[in-house]
Amino acid sequence: MSLSPSVSVEGAARLALSGAWTLAQSAALDPAARAIEAEGGASKSLALDLAAVEAMDTAGALLINRARARLQEHGVTVSVNGAQADHAILLAATPFVPEPPPPPREPFVVHMLADVGVSSSVAVEDLLKGVGFLGRLTLTFAGLIARPGRWRPTSIVYHLEKYSWRSAPIIMLINFLVGGIVAQQGLFQLARFGAPQYVVDLIGVLVLRELGVLLTSIMIAGRCGSAITAEIGSMKMNEEIDALRVMALDPMETLVAPRVLALVVALPILTFLADMSAILGGLLVAAVYGGVTPDVFIARLQGAIGLNTFLVGLIKAPVMALVIGLIATGEGFAVWGSAESLGLKVTESVVKSIFMVIVVDGIFAMLFAAVRY
Amino acid sequence: MTGNGALSAEVVIGLRGLEVGFGKQLVLKGVELDVRRGEVLGLVGPSGGGKSVLTRTILGLNVKRAGTIQIFGQDVDALTRAERHRQERRWGVLFQHGALFSGLNVQQNVEAPMREHLQLDPATRSEVALMKLDLVGLPRSAASKLPSELSGGMIKRAALARALALDPEIVFLDEPTSGLDPISAGDFDDLIATLQKTLGITVFMVTHDLDSLYSICDEVAALAGGRVIAKGPVEALRASDDPWLVQYFRGKRGRLRGAAS
Repeated sequence: MSLSPSVSVEGAARLALSGAWTLAQSAALDPAARAIEAEGGASKSLALDLAAVEAMDTAGALLINRARARLQEHGVTVSVNGAQADHAILLAATPFVPEPPPPPREPFVVHMLADVGVSSSVAVEDLLKGVGFLGRLTLTFAGLIARPGRWRPTSIVYHLEKYSWRSAPIIMLINFLVGGIVAQQGLFQLARFGAPQYVVDLIGVLVLRELGVLLTSIMIAGRCGSAITAEIGSMKMNEEIDALRVMALDPMETLVAPRVLALVVALPILTFLADMSAILGGLLVAAVYGGVTPDVFIARLQGAIGLNTFLVGLIKAPVMALVIGLIATGEGFAVWGSAESLGLKVTESVVKSIFMVIVVDGIFAMLFAAVRY
Repeated sequence: MTGNGALSAEVVIGLRGLEVGFGKQLVLKGVELDVRRGEVLGLVGPSGGGKSVLTRTILGLNVKRAGTIQIFGQDVDALTRAERHRQERRWGVLFQHGALFSGLNVQQNVEAPMREHLQLDPATRSEVALMKLDLVGLPRSAASKLPSELSGGMIKRAALARALALDPEIVFLDEPTSGLDPISAGDFDDLIATLQKTLGITVFMVTHDLDSLYSICDEVAALAGGRVIAKGPVEALRASDDPWLVQYFRGKRGRLRGAAS
């Protein structure tokens, strides 16, 4: 193994360098180079003797050059003697070019205010872009209605299978469990008022109006929204979107429309399945924990809910699908260049869709209350 | 250090009976190849002939079925994990599309291997990284750019700077000049030649570029049908009567350049 780089003083204004000035000796390299500056700083001129240097690489050469440059800056004349031929080549190939110090940073408060300003304007822009995207999608669908030959049934069926069929088991399972949990809690709380059978009303109204569609939408935003953003985003990175455009194919028509349409069809179906499994979960728990027999449960359920209760949930589903589809595809198109931006956009897509699903649900709640539905 | 083409020099990469396959398909059928210290080896061959597979196998990215790979005189199968890591620090790789880390800027990309493997203080590390950028001919203004903001030629240069970050003894270049215009490609060849001469590194280069073969390669190996069908100086391969080599060097695209050289 080679020796670590070292510097020794050889009489007045003469330094001898020895050892291996290579990155393999990285820990000792920098101190050795600084030793040259420290030892040579006092004299007017300095001779560096490199004859004993065993090995050198570009980093070692750079650091020797750096010491030379810094000494010369302080008015010390530095000469280099005895370098082996290939070391001399290395020294010549790696001149030290100092980097100007970075400009001072802005004060923290300014930085923070600027951040707030930027994110506010981005939020407004996002909203405008979303509206613009909805407009383009509407135009695309209008175009598709005018020319039914341009529908892509294969793509729609494929995505329908991916979003609807393959999501069904997990969505049914989650809603079954949530139905059971709500029933169990309801039973315990209502038993204190001596009215455990009202759990049926609780389950029926809560699940059909709110929980079924909300849980399904959130699951789909997480499961399918992320997948859509990642798919479209990686196509964007790979210039596939541009390839479509130059083939006179509209990405809105080929990529967005089938996905959004599949979601709009899938979500009501999934919501229906979710409703049924949540009620089944509630029914089982009510029977086991509360002694409410299934036939009593079903009889009460018929009294507790009307068709409108069921429809409230179902009406919301396609709108939720549209929201998720718009956000997921829009974020996909917003991916650029790096893998990092893909990850960022997928996260944003899921967070934004879930947020918007809840906002839209709130708007619907006010709307239905206003029309007394 | 710069034993250019000296045949007595130490063998840094030695392949014996190397077989690599995927599923039922055998891609490399017994490759025999020696790369000597300080030489620039150009690996040519038809597309799909196994050039990339061979490179990736030497680098340990593909698993071989049979044969031995010796790097720096050591059989890679006999190495412990730690020895293997030490060996990996002695080579640098330029991937075909750069493979720069897209979340890091150019300077951070070059610093990444240094940060992980060396004990340099951050200021010095940054100076060394900027020197590498100077060395490959990138302007300092490119240091803070992200890979997605660079042109193809700049990506190649930045990736070369990263490959050279640890001052490796062997540099693997996968199609270094593909996707560059002829002038940039020529510049890049010159750059590799200059670096090879000053740093004394061994270069293992996969290429389709006849100009590169003529201007910078000491040795050329032709890989076809999963075997090395010929190896030697480019003139020797040009004179070979193997049908693929005849096509390659004296075909429509080969003739002009051959005549010009």
